[in-house]
Amino acid sequence: MNIYSWIQLAFYLVVLLALVKPLGSFMARVYQGERTFLDPVLSSVERFIYRASGVNPEEEMNWKTYAIAMMVFNFLGFMALYGLQRFQAGLPLNPQGLGAVTPDSSWNTAVSFVTNTNWQGYGGEVTMSYLSQMLGLAVQNFVSAATGMAVLAAFVRSFARHTAKIIGNFWVDLTRSTLYILLPMSLIVALVLVSQGVVQTLSPYKTGALLQPTTDSSGKAVTEQVLAIGPAASQVAIKQLGTNGGGFFNVNSSHPFENATPFSNFSEMLSILMIPAALCYTFGKMVGDTRQGWALLVAMTIVFVLLLGVAILAEKGGNPVFTVMGVDQAQTNINPGGNMEGKEVRFGIVNSVLWATATTAASNGSVNSMHDSYMPIGGLVPLWLIQLGEIVYGGVGSGLSGMLVFVIIAVFVSGLMVGRTPEYLGKKIEAYEMKMASIVILIPVMVVLVGTAAAVMTEAGRATIHNPSAHGFSEVLYAFSSAGNNNGSAFAGLGANTSFYNIALGIAMFIARYWVMIPILAIASSLANKKKVPASAGTLPTHTPLFIAWLIGVIVLVGALSFLPALALGPIVEHIMIFG
Amino acid sequence: MKTQIRPALTMLLIFTVITGVIYPLVVTGIAQIAFPHQANGSLIVIGGKAYGSELIGQPFDAPKYFWGRLSATGDFPYNTFNAHSLTASSGSNYGPLNPALMEMIQARIDALRAADPRNTLAIPVDLVTASASGLDPHISVAAALYQVQRVAAARRLSEAEVAALVEKYTEGRQFGFLGEPRVNVLLLNLALDKVQ
Repeated sequence: MNIYSWIQLAFYLVVLLALVKPLGSFMARVYQGERTFLDPVLSSVERFIYRASGVNPEEEMNWKTYAIAMMVFNFLGFMALYGLQRFQAGLPLNPQGLGAVTPDSSWNTAVSFVTNTNWQGYGGEVTMSYLSQMLGLAVQNFVSAATGMAVLAAFVRSFARHTAKIIGNFWVDLTRSTLYILLPMSLIVALVLVSQGVVQTLSPYKTGALLQPTTDSSGKAVTEQVLAIGPAASQVAIKQLGTNGGGFFNVNSSHPFENATPFSNFSEMLSILMIPAALCYTFGKMVGDTRQGWALLVAMTIVFVLLLGVAILAEKGGNPVFTVMGVDQAQTNINPGGNMEGKEVRFGIVNSVLWATATTAASNGSVNSMHDSYMPIGGLVPLWLIQLGEIVYGGVGSGLSGMLVFVIIAVFVSGLMVGRTPEYLGKKIEAYEMKMASIVILIPVMVVLVGTAAAVMTEAGRATIHNPSAHGFSEVLYAFSSAGNNNGSAFAGLGANTSFYNIALGIAMFIARYWVMIPILAIASSLANKKKVPASAGTLPTHTPLFIAWLIGVIVLVGALSFLPALALGPIVEHIMIFG
Repeated sequence: MKTQIRPALTMLLIFTVITGVIYPLVVTGIAQIAFPHQANGSLIVIGGKAYGSELIGQPFDAPKYFWGRLSATGDFPYNTFNAHSLTASSGSNYGPLNPALMEMIQARIDALRAADPRNTLAIPVDLVTASASGLDPHISVAAALYQVQRVAAARRLSEAEVAALVEKYTEGRQFGFLGEPRVNVLLLNLALDKVQ
């Protein structure tokens, strides 16, 4: 670790944490329906949307109506996106004349983008027309993120309210998330990205001469390079901010036209965690005790920093097999060093690993390096962060919701240990909440493990594994972990654009999104309905270092118990094979 | 459920227009006015002819050129888009123990040694590994310095002249601390051709 590595890591964390309070209090105003500095521009648009949709913004919903509104909206979004891909060949804004996307790939991609997963079985520049990218994928980038934020807003209100049956209006939460938060931030980030060299145009792909001609796999001379471009910056901005992660190009943000410079890289990395981190403060503000929000943020940051450190050490250390071959992996000021397979020189080790950790801590899933080529422990960190349920900052909305479910479990377990009724923010945690919380935790675990087992036991699942031995198993485990937690990143060697994986992973993404969100809304309803119990001497304070440590312990324990056996068959055995 | 269908349909339509049409068009409009060079792919145009992009690498294996990262793009190296085979950007995705990875690295080491038998320096890691995108335009400064002797000999230039060009095309860390110092291979090779 040279001094620049430390400076870059520190700079990232400082900027991220410095934005928590201003952005968090702004978002609290948005969700509490208060005036913001954007009202002069946006409030008339907002009113128009409600009028056109026949929505009364004052009228709140109970949890079932809220869930139904969400499901109907997401289902229509799915249909639109599926249709757009199937018919893109005959639609405008398709300068390369790309054909219709296959039915199984369209299904997979539609589920993927509607559920905020953005798993990509396809390569963007060879599959999707500009129209499909803009009108289909980018739109779902916005509204799937807004859906997650809406559900969180309802969940948070349930802690703030008492003896209430209603938890908010889905249409209002959706509209305000998109209009006041995601859209303005995307506009700024997109322009920053263009200034750095991320492309933004509707022109057809450009052609440039090769300085030294080469030959293709069939021995034919190649003298030109067709440069794939398109309206990338606008889409990359929201794919980062909305923790979507679906790349404009096949290799996502390692493509120089999607992530051109170290500063574009910094902006994109910051965009991954900016909203999820700030939502902790929003939570604290909305429940009337900002210490509660800070406590969650501290817990998240501790887990994040520790795992980041482990991954950086693994990648900096490089691959001992390379050293035997006479390759210089020592880091100096002119040599990035470490395991550079699948990484870009402009980012080096630190910015690649920082991204990999952030993108899996959140449910983002974009990449700027190839996780498949990481060292075993370097790859284990992103994999395990996904398996923990992406609650360390987490996806926009869904991450903090997941964290609050872990808080409920932590409070419950500690209550059992000291023999008191567990309560959180004045709400008694009872059997119903625990049942729902268990569903939220267990469903993704089940999807991941059953899916992986099914894939490695079938010929169709094994056929497109790219790497031999334990690493091949890791590829499949990573795919189902990613889909089963709505992340979207991959050990990308796995050939996932097959009927088997398109269908299986599509189902995994669907279950992981809605079978988690609906129980969360059910908990919200139950909590909102409860009386507020005043804190007494017997109440466990939930903002202290002791509780933070306890919460981390519960998260790690659940994550380890669920996945250690599977991890042992993949990255852990591979690590032992390399390092003895 | 029926009461939710109208808002769902209308909102999907309105947000499609706002975030799928207006937003990207506004960004495109501002980008084309404020940053036309970057927005259109940072093309290198010399005498009216486009020589690729400043941001996208190209394949080199002649001794007189600096070589870039290995590229695992489909069909041929540094393939950004091929309409016939529908291949494009890609990493190798080889795991750290994959024998194919070791073969790829060994072949590159052999090629580097064969092109420059006198060079006994250890080879910097980025010169023998494939980039994530397969399009990485850069190599590390160490990887460029490793090749100075070979390029100078192939072009009958002094090593000092070539090293001076390498230094000229070295990009430092952005704002003095972000990213890694690096050399743009295509720009450097274009400059070498211009010198001669």
